[in-house]
Amino acid sequence: MTNLIVLPILIPLLTGAILIFFGKNKLVQRVLATLSALAGIIVSFIIVQKVRTDGVQSLNISSWDAPFGITLVSDMLSALLVFTTSIIAFACLLYSFKSIGENRENHYYYSVFNFLLVGVNGAFTTGDIFNMFVFFEVMLMSSYVLLVLGGTKIQLRETIKYLLVNIISSALFVISVAYLYSVVGTLNMAHISTRINEISINGMPGILTVIAVLFLIVFGLKGAIFPLYFWLPGSYYAPPAAVLALFGALLTKVGVYAITRTYTLFFYHDGFVFQLLAILALLSVIVGVIGAIAYWDIKYIVIYNIIVAVGVILYGVSVMNPAGLTGSVYYLIHDMIIKAALFLIVGIVIAITGTSNLRKISGLITRYPGLGWTLFLAALSLAGIPPLSGFLGKLLIVQGGVEGESYIGAGLVLLSSLLVLFSVMKIFINGFWGKAQTYEGEEKTPVKWLLISPAILVVLSAIYGIGSESFLPYINMAAETLMDPSTYIEAVLKE
Amino acid sequence: MRKVNNIILETSLKVLLFIIALYSVYIFTAGHYYPGGGFIGGLMTSGALVLLLITYDIETVAKILPVNYRFLTATGLLIAIATSAGAILFNVPFLTHVFTDVQLPVLGELSLHTATLFDLGVYLVVIGVTMTIIQTIGGDE
Repeated sequence: MTNLIVLPILIPLLTGAILIFFGKNKLVQRVLATLSALAGIIVSFIIVQKVRTDGVQSLNISSWDAPFGITLVSDMLSALLVFTTSIIAFACLLYSFKSIGENRENHYYYSVFNFLLVGVNGAFTTGDIFNMFVFFEVMLMSSYVLLVLGGTKIQLRETIKYLLVNIISSALFVISVAYLYSVVGTLNMAHISTRINEISINGMPGILTVIAVLFLIVFGLKGAIFPLYFWLPGSYYAPPAAVLALFGALLTKVGVYAITRTYTLFFYHDGFVFQLLAILALLSVIVGVIGAIAYWDIKYIVIYNIIVAVGVILYGVSVMNPAGLTGSVYYLIHDMIIKAALFLIVGIVIAITGTSNLRKISGLITRYPGLGWTLFLAALSLAGIPPLSGFLGKLLIVQGGVEGESYIGAGLVLLSSLLVLFSVMKIFINGFWGKAQTYEGEEKTPVKWLLISPAILVVLSAIYGIGSESFLPYINMAAETLMDPSTYIEAVLKE
Repeated sequence: MRKVNNIILETSLKVLLFIIALYSVYIFTAGHYYPGGGFIGGLMTSGALVLLLITYDIETVAKILPVNYRFLTATGLLIAIATSAGAILFNVPFLTHVFTDVQLPVLGELSLHTATLFDLGVYLVVIGVTMTIIQTIGGDE
């Protein structure tokens, strides 16, 4: 079927539009949203298998040939990311049923939820730089609504900040695309790559390096790398847990994907920008771990761990060798799953105790052993303890760093694991051990139902880690396309 | 709930409303060959509706035009999606459009294009969104 790769975008779009009609009917909304999420998982799994057997898939929208129309491209990286997105969306949806509250459900929550997926899946799948901008906007507008929906004071305040930052970064995105268009005269990503290759035979012209740095600023603002992460802790502190998990798992990773894609496809000639990327990535790791160990607030601890992970993944990209890239792709998928799980668990803890201050929580393990051990596994996996999924990715990134003779970077990544482990174990030891207490909100919290989603995600992450042997061919395939853009270009331009 | 007797505005509205509405439909249909299209056409239609809102109040307008603008937005979206997804049924790439020349009894030979249906979707979404914004801000609950 020709249109297979458009389906992960089309299904949530259609669902989102239909759900507007059932704004007040909770049951219909939930059933439709669940069905669409399941369909998304199935379709994206088929796409992964299709890419595995037949190579990079491309679709020329509206039958215009490649550089002239919009092309959708599914290589292994985007197929895997779309698949992971679908799984996380399903988990967050299940969690939303019992946690998001009637008020939000009655105000188009599930519609906007689906529109967010349109944006994320579209940004992962598109092969056109301006189309990527449009999908970024679809994603961001939905995230504005999800962030402000409910209208509490903190949400209103943080949405203003988030909106301001993202409007500025979107304007910068348009400016960068305009610069790039004036230099290369095309918007199709594969075509841009060939044009840049033609003019960079004797080294990259200065203007292209400037554009590369501009792109790093734009996507760095979306993906929260070192000097541009300032908006993230506050904004992510505001929304409810299901939305937070969706944001933490997907939004920054779209920025990371965009950096990876543009740097490996467009600017691979330029050593300078990769050096810059490596420095910024390592600084993000440092800032992230400082934040993660500094706070006694469980939300902030996990939020700062996002910044650490973004740094680690981008460091793997910046060394630009097979080990580093494979590690980055593996770690990216691992991190999406485990961050979603952690935020969902944190959400349950906050729902039970009514506070996110770690000093006021203790002894949860006596009453909620399932919750405790899920958090424990997630924490070990996050830090990268061998049989679990965080291990292999970090190992490969460190290997990539050592092979690229960037020993300081590799050492920092290793050291950061220790501090990350310390920060999440702090939640486990202080919150779950100690004297058992009773809390006000615990009767009302449907812990068993809420625990389903993070448990699914943690189990998946464990399978992903233990069975890494069988997943590695997929990851390798993704990394090979990143290392060698010619397969991508051939699939799009069909030369 | 009107206090001022604004007979001049009400009388001129009766003439202006239809001229604006007709012009917006013209702009919408001419979009393929001349400047115009769904976006500007939709904005102009909502301009006509806003004039109606300025002259009367929200309840009166809701009585004249009992339209749920949120559903209008969703309908427009669905029309646009259906037009583009229709390509899937014929196993050609998404958003592929077709056109034919049709001989109609009164209008003569017309070239009908499925892009117009997509434009109709845009038109409805623009009206729906503009009117939802204005009514939400203007209404007091």
